[in-house]
Amino acid sequence: MQKNSDEIHWARTRSLMFAHLFVWFIFGYVVHMFVVPLNKIIIPVLNFPLGFYMAAQGSLIVFVVMLFVFAKQQDRIDREHGVAEDD
Amino acid sequence: MATQSAASSDFIKNLGRMYGMYTGGFLAFVIFLAILEQVGVPNRILGYLFVFFTLAVYAIIGIASRTAQVSEYYVAGRRVPAFYNGMATGADWMSAASFVGMAGTLFLAGYDGIAWVLGWTGGYVLVSILVGPYLRKFGAYTVPDFMAFRFGGNFTRFLAVIVLVACSFTYVTAQVYGTGIIASRFLGMDFTIAVYVGLAGILVCSMLGGMRAVTWTQIAQYIVLIVAYLTPIVILSTKKYGFPVPELTYGQAIADITAREQEMLKTGLATAAALKPHIEPFVTYTPLNFFGIIFCMMVGTASLPHILMRYFTTPSVREARQSVAWSLFFIFLLYFSAPAYAAFSKLEVYTNIIGSNVNAIKPWLFTWGELGLIKICGQNAASLDAVAAACKAVAGHPGVVRLQDFVINTDVIVLSTPEIAGLPYVISGLVAAGGLAAALSTADGLLLAIANALSHDIYYKMLDPNAPTVRRLLVARILLVVVAVGAAYTASTKPSDILAMVGWAFSLAMAGNFPALVMGIWWKRATSAGAVFGIIAGFGLCLFYLVVTRYFPGMGVKYFGMTSLLNPVTGAPLVDIAKAMALPNAMDSFPTLAHPLANKVGWFNLNNINCGLLGMPLGFLVIYVVSLITREPSAEMQAYIDEIRKPRGKTILEEKI
Repeated sequence: MQKNSDEIHWARTRSLMFAHLFVWFIFGYVVHMFVVPLNKIIIPVLNFPLGFYMAAQGSLIVFVVMLFVFAKQQDRIDREHGVAEDD
Repeated sequence: MATQSAASSDFIKNLGRMYGMYTGGFLAFVIFLAILEQVGVPNRILGYLFVFFTLAVYAIIGIASRTAQVSEYYVAGRRVPAFYNGMATGADWMSAASFVGMAGTLFLAGYDGIAWVLGWTGGYVLVSILVGPYLRKFGAYTVPDFMAFRFGGNFTRFLAVIVLVACSFTYVTAQVYGTGIIASRFLGMDFTIAVYVGLAGILVCSMLGGMRAVTWTQIAQYIVLIVAYLTPIVILSTKKYGFPVPELTYGQAIADITAREQEMLKTGLATAAALKPHIEPFVTYTPLNFFGIIFCMMVGTASLPHILMRYFTTPSVREARQSVAWSLFFIFLLYFSAPAYAAFSKLEVYTNIIGSNVNAIKPWLFTWGELGLIKICGQNAASLDAVAAACKAVAGHPGVVRLQDFVINTDVIVLSTPEIAGLPYVISGLVAAGGLAAALSTADGLLLAIANALSHDIYYKMLDPNAPTVRRLLVARILLVVVAVGAAYTASTKPSDILAMVGWAFSLAMAGNFPALVMGIWWKRATSAGAVFGIIAGFGLCLFYLVVTRYFPGMGVKYFGMTSLLNPVTGAPLVDIAKAMALPNAMDSFPTLAHPLANKVGWFNLNNINCGLLGMPLGFLVIYVVSLITREPSAEMQAYIDEIRKPRGKTILEEKI
């Protein structure tokens, strides 16, 4: 029973890892491959070309938010399987 | 933790108030100096006050947190709260390359420079999900500790120490070099002497109190560096666009730069060849090298020992994860401002300097010109007469400064922006203090990583396992001084620019550490033999590519089939290989950067900063193949790996105090 729960814990940890790596890959690389077409779009008011903005700020914001979300999600998985540390 | 006394938990509770008061004190100090400037105190004195006051504060913190306990010395007692550890990691992370070099690169390279910004932030995602928290659970003092345990044996430990020393030493040299530039400009010292003065400041913090002293000083240094970085651009943003958030207003600055670029082309102030449009992608790096830099910097982040060891200091695995998030948040504050810094600075240069009369150049420029960091019309801009003479010698020169006449070193942009924009000198001093804080804090962390590896891994674990605590710490401190002096000596020879040196450190760390760390945690089947061969192959290939392209380029061409790198815009070779190989110096070893082939040859048009791109995949492949043909790790080891994956429970390595 214990072993089984550990296995599920690890499987969930692993899929969380892949999910975050996927988002990381999209915002670290894929978006910036389209910088030329994206630069044709100008963000209203701020006047940034979108492709430039995504590299200079957009992706960075995604990374920061992602890490706080990841810490929360992984902690929830740990708690549900009884392997989290005591508070 | 049982050893935690009531006094120390009071200390943790009071951190907020202490650092709040410290921040207030620092701001008051800046205002005080601003008043001194207004009443006519000379600039040189202001520079000295800034540098010595901040150094004194770091030294006091360092001395006050001195320690003789092993776990305090190596991992700050494992009780640094996530938020503060994040701040300390921010300072540990943001080096002279981030503070001084990055905005300069963004200034010159425009969009392509952002590869560094992306690479140096996205890497924390990998730290948090793949490596950091698991190492914290393992309970190591150093990264080689983990390698030795997981891949059984001192030979793996030894390899890991080699990787650690190679990348940290390259990195620390860049920091000491940065300190030298700042001290020589603002204190008027000779560059070589300035390097050793900076070193003294670094040593006071890291030598006495190890990780504990470094942690509390780094937080103080973070506060100085972030205030210093944001102040000039907040002022510029308010002045130009009436809104004090430069990260939002610089979109307009970019639009203005683009308009000004067109205007300069039309009025003959710039030629199409000299002008790199600011938002145009892939004019400095080819797409391969652009994405290569992003990838290498990201993976390198998750492999650099001095960063990973910061997460050994948190009280729990949960806090280690939160701490990574806080680290990136504090780093983000500077990184998303760097492109704004570059844009505001560029706009000032394009409007205030380009197009101005040769005889009307502002005198601040000459202090940089004397150091050879700003050139006008091909000569060091050391004085008005020198500039006028140099421009007169250029055939058909119109008498106004054109874009192609003006060459500024990337490492100068940030430090000189307050002067370019005509801000009071106190802002320049503040920026210099910030740059110093950035360089010192990173150098502290790096030196500590090297000294710890040498004293803990080599001396204690390999040479003399019975060494008493006092002697281990003594050895750590002596080694710290030896390594630091070595780094200062190397820096005083000026090996390359800051950003390139730091880039190499990342690629080396990535090729040497990343495959073994990730496979060790995520694949139980990875064996000792696999790791040993993987580290040797991956790190070896990266080091080979780096050393050959930089120091033996002629042999690279002759024996290893290397060809010239290509110009990203035209696709033409950077050097004519046949011609360069015919020169008498073609086969020189260890040439200076001026050598026609140095850093300009390679395979697949791959810049040597990206050598990790060759080494890392090879490392993974070798670990995988060799592991499969060697015997599966013992059941006991596999059980340990299961333990590392669960936050709850004791650390695997029990601490001996």
